[in-house]
Amino acid sequence: MIEIKDLTKIYHVPGQEILALDNVSLCVKKGEIFGIIGLSGAGKSTLIRCINMLEKPTAGSILIDGQEITTFNNKQLRLARQKIGMIFQHFNLLSSRTVFDNVMFPLEIAKVPRGEAGKRVTGLLELVGLADKTKVYPAQLSGGQKQRVGIARALANHPKLLLCDEATSALDPQTTRSILELLKDINHQLNLTILLITHDMNVIRQICDRVAVIDNSRIVEAGDVLDVFSNPQTPTARSFISTVINREIPAELLHRPETDNNGAATKLIRVSFIGASAGEPVISSLVQKYAVHANILYGNIDRVKDTPFGNLTLELIGESAKLDAGIDYLQSRGLNIEVLKA
Amino acid sequence: MTEIISGLLAGLPAFFETNAWVPESVAIATWETIYMVAFSTGISYVFGLPLGVILVTTDEGHILANKGVNQILGSIVNMVRSIPFIIFLILIIPLTRLIVGTPIGTIASIVPLTLAAIPFVARLVETALKEIDRGLIEAAQSMGASAWDIIAKVLIPEAKPSLILGVAITTINLVGYSAMAGIVGGGGLGTLAYYYGYQRYEDVIMWVTVVVLILLVQGVQMLGDGLAARIASKRR
Repeated sequence: MIEIKDLTKIYHVPGQEILALDNVSLCVKKGEIFGIIGLSGAGKSTLIRCINMLEKPTAGSILIDGQEITTFNNKQLRLARQKIGMIFQHFNLLSSRTVFDNVMFPLEIAKVPRGEAGKRVTGLLELVGLADKTKVYPAQLSGGQKQRVGIARALANHPKLLLCDEATSALDPQTTRSILELLKDINHQLNLTILLITHDMNVIRQICDRVAVIDNSRIVEAGDVLDVFSNPQTPTARSFISTVINREIPAELLHRPETDNNGAATKLIRVSFIGASAGEPVISSLVQKYAVHANILYGNIDRVKDTPFGNLTLELIGESAKLDAGIDYLQSRGLNIEVLKA
Repeated sequence: MTEIISGLLAGLPAFFETNAWVPESVAIATWETIYMVAFSTGISYVFGLPLGVILVTTDEGHILANKGVNQILGSIVNMVRSIPFIIFLILIIPLTRLIVGTPIGTIASIVPLTLAAIPFVARLVETALKEIDRGLIEAAQSMGASAWDIIAKVLIPEAKPSLILGVAITTINLVGYSAMAGIVGGGGLGTLAYYYGYQRYEDVIMWVTVVVLILLVQGVQMLGDGLAARIASKRR
């Protein structure tokens, strides 16, 4: 759907050049929800704005459905943008228009006949749950309602792609959840590809299929959300994950003696499990088959999109050789094992 | 108040019939002022509004960014605005004569009044449109809006309350300017006050003129405030 290759953006301000995007490459597949996470200033806003050319890239290519959008002339670009919806952190609704007319706005731009446009607007306002607010002005709406209008407006021209620019960053947690649910529904119902940027790992966890981590103008890590959550490769990704899932090991655990009172060896491991394997009785098998005792020190189970995802910190006690065999066994069951302390 | 209005209305037919260089009554003079100011405000918006839009949109980073056009128009606007109106009025007499045929009378006054008001209007429009949140422009662009769409459907409708206040300010300014034009034979309350009030020592006419001017200005301001507030409250 979207193929970004070696995208570079340099801002020229008097006296200096600011590198906002440094050779960024990524692919977004049709029908998926793709999240880009980064701190403010990392370049994510620039990146999402390059995709509909609100920012002109300095170098690199952006293919949308096989079309190179960076070489489009003004007219081609305007037509292409009609098929790329966008929603914003601060909603950007027109205060001079009612809710109905705000959603009508993109249809006026696309010169959709008034009658058909009106029907579409009514349908969209029903979809986002604002059928009773058609004649109200945006100033009378709550933040969540404003974003719903924004979503209806972005969907008006039947886009194939929806760009979300920090769409929930100005909303409270409950409202954020309901807006994310709405986006997920739209993604399902309309098979709409969604690309979002955020600094909130919860957003990624709740609705994204894949994620890219952007740091200092570069994509440092990208992959399926579950993979990144269970096995983050970079410090940036780890620190984002720690904001929603506690991965810290309490200090006192690391300072436990290496052998127990009876002289048996101990090992501290962290087991990450995803989806189905969360249901298997692996710990009891470990105890039975390998005579390794497992002491559960710490654990949690979360949900990443719709998949259960958990972490368990275990202290294994037993003969050295058996400990290793036991760990091999756990790995053979598809669990991700991290030895924290041998 | 009602007496003033009925007096004014009674003078309306005379205003259409008179050819006198110096107005014959306060009522006629008032209608002359209203006529001059209304026409010059109207025509100055015909030119000033687009000029203001061009000044905003050709600014750096805006939808029609064009440094050259922006700087040239900006300096012309500043140039005209830096000439005091009373001098400007005399300076362009040849042009007035060319357009109207004479530099004297209410119709002739409309030329300098309009020309002086255009750059003023342009700056007022520019200030009003600059207030519009860049996010709105970006949102419209993301939908594939053309520059014209953004001007007609975003900038102007969003700035409507402050544009209306701008019309009130322009009108009030032109009431003042028209009195200056009156002193050099432009007609209206200015001429009346100068020839009857000042040169013939008719204090009453002088004071009546002042009162009428105050009422005119108050009326315009109230109308502008009212309209702007009505639009703003609907959106609030």
